[in-house]
Amino acid sequence: MQLTADGKLKHFLTVEGLPPLLLEEILDRAEQFVSLPGKKQVQAPLLRGKTVMNLFFENSTRTRTTFELAAKRLSADLLNLDIRNSATAKGESLLDTIRNLEAMNCDMFVVRHQSSSAAHFIAKYCAPHIGVINAGDGRHAHPTQAMLDMLTIRQHKGDFTPLKVAIVGDIKHSRVARSQIHALTTLCAGEIRLIAPKTLMPERIEEMGVSTYTNIEKGLEGVDVVIMLRLQHERMNTALLPSVREFYARYGLTQERLNLAKSDAIVMHPGPVNRGVEIDSRVADGPQSVILQQVTNGVAVRMAVMSMVLGSRAESGGV
Amino acid sequence: MSRSTLIKNGRIIDPANGIDEIADIAIAKGKIDGIGNNINTEFKAEHIIDAKGQWVLPGIVDLSAYLREPGQENKTRIAYETYSAVSAGITRICCMPETNSPIDSGATVKLIKSKAKQAGFARVSVIGSLTQGLKGEQLSHMGSLKYVGCVGLSQGHQPIRNLATLRKAMEYAATFELPLFLHPIEHTLMMDGGMHEGALSTRLGIHPIPVATETVGMAQILILVKQTNCPVHFCRLSSADSIEMLTKAKQDGLPVTADVAAHQLFLTEMDVADYNPLCHTIPPLRSERDRDALRQAVSTGVIDAICSDHQPHEIDAKLAPFEETEPGISAFETLLPLVMRLVEEKVLTLSQAITYITQSPAELAGIKAGTLEVGQSADLSLFDPEYFWQLDPTDMVSEGKNSPFTGWGFNGKTTQTFVKGKSVFSL
Repeated sequence: MQLTADGKLKHFLTVEGLPPLLLEEILDRAEQFVSLPGKKQVQAPLLRGKTVMNLFFENSTRTRTTFELAAKRLSADLLNLDIRNSATAKGESLLDTIRNLEAMNCDMFVVRHQSSSAAHFIAKYCAPHIGVINAGDGRHAHPTQAMLDMLTIRQHKGDFTPLKVAIVGDIKHSRVARSQIHALTTLCAGEIRLIAPKTLMPERIEEMGVSTYTNIEKGLEGVDVVIMLRLQHERMNTALLPSVREFYARYGLTQERLNLAKSDAIVMHPGPVNRGVEIDSRVADGPQSVILQQVTNGVAVRMAVMSMVLGSRAESGGV
Repeated sequence: MSRSTLIKNGRIIDPANGIDEIADIAIAKGKIDGIGNNINTEFKAEHIIDAKGQWVLPGIVDLSAYLREPGQENKTRIAYETYSAVSAGITRICCMPETNSPIDSGATVKLIKSKAKQAGFARVSVIGSLTQGLKGEQLSHMGSLKYVGCVGLSQGHQPIRNLATLRKAMEYAATFELPLFLHPIEHTLMMDGGMHEGALSTRLGIHPIPVATETVGMAQILILVKQTNCPVHFCRLSSADSIEMLTKAKQDGLPVTADVAAHQLFLTEMDVADYNPLCHTIPPLRSERDRDALRQAVSTGVIDAICSDHQPHEIDAKLAPFEETEPGISAFETLLPLVMRLVEEKVLTLSQAITYITQSPAELAGIKAGTLEVGQSADLSLFDPEYFWQLDPTDMVSEGKNSPFTGWGFNGKTTQTFVKGKSVFSL
């Protein structure tokens, strides 16, 4: 559904099922868009005259702004729609919202939605000239986040095949973790470990090609990359964990725990960081942390994906 | 008034009376007047139908359907759905209560019955709400509901959170000898679930509905049945573990019965893949192992009946991301075809298959129907076993086009249906 007949990226809904070469193409292209801090920004007028709509049905700051920046650096016209406060709140159906926006002549939807499959749904029903990029749907996928993480890993480690990667925290509710797993398996990462208490580990996740650990000390042993996930406070109400304090005590990433990983291991986090909940401030700000580099890469990866999605249409003779 | 009719040369299949033979069947004054040699020599037919090559089946009794009226007329109407039913050989429908159309007053029961009667297609029996507004708190006026003709009571998919209330509801229903149709669901284990808990729900990121939702709900009810000896019918079992519990309960002599929805014997969680909202059902489609256990259970008779669980929806109800769509399948028109497929696939014998959708459900609901006994109301259908067709939603009679069986091919189709001796549908 997300590929054209000749294998180009038509929509970007999930990493699952995409060929490794395509993921590498995204990374290579993103690499050209990376702006180093303090240097002149990379600008590319690839989307001049195109209109991008940011449809955020759910809160987000980082993802929305990086998409916004990406669109602007590609010279697209951009509209931010805070849907929660507008049409849907008045009872309009998702499909009607989409049809109305379509009628305003846009070329791309960037969609964040609380329901899994929302981006698939929109891609299935919107006009064929419109490209859809999933900016996070329910617990399902957050593909651009996964790709910016892959870019960050590649910048530090080069080849994926020998790597041991640990993902720690609330796997169950995490679309980021699911997309990272698909990206890492597609890029042939050596070993993927998930570390979480059983309440935060989804059923039969092993079938996605990962190993699971309930003990963080064992799980971190000898890994090259540590990815911490955000623990959402609102989850605390549903008896998944006794308290935030206990989570930090058992699963928080401290320097002592990080020392169990390889000495050159990098620490990542999709943000926003809960300091003192899933990660110690000293680690988040420490020399092994690449958290801010992830954000920088976020803009580049989103520029790459947006240009590829609209580019696939230009080549195939579409709008 | 219905005319006297003679249906000639059809293969009459009536497992209840051990009949499976090519014979004539006579209908007079809305009732079955005679079959084969028993036809009165003085019988004069005003109308003769040649049913050569066709089967004559007792009218199907469907234990569960949501007719949406009154309350959800945007979805459909009783007249439309009862016509959809007869187009597929169903002559008697048990109408279930639901939150938006709770059946908790005599007036509602009368309204449903009179709408059905006015339409004049399938006959409708009403299953009333077990609690007022299906809220799970106050008992409904069961005595009055029985008085206006309810054939049973159900809590639909809604919870009774207080187990003492559930026990009292069971005892009070038993007082009036009203059959209880309970969905075994422990709501606290279900959360906002959308599909069977497993590797696929994890991959798709859909909130899971574990098997324990059903088995824990069932265990609670079974213990109360043992305690009170009140009979209970379990609606729409979905898992292998539930079948195991049911088998044990029956062996222990508990007064319990159960049914399964026809689609549950064919589809699995894998059919949800790529978020097909037409496969969003409650209970959810489960694993292949579960489906095979359900098939085994109908084959051995652990399960007592097969129903459609017909839930017609307007188009918009299924046009949304998976979890935001409304669950349920428009299923009248695939009930008989799917059951016949079980015969083709050698899961059931033909006589078992017919029994599961006629005599058994009629007995469970305490309705005199589902057989071709002389003197019974002439509710029956003609079925052409050679008629091959493919399901195309636009051809569906029901207002609800929400069937996941689009494109499936079926051997055999209902060609004519009689209710009270009157032809109410012909192809």
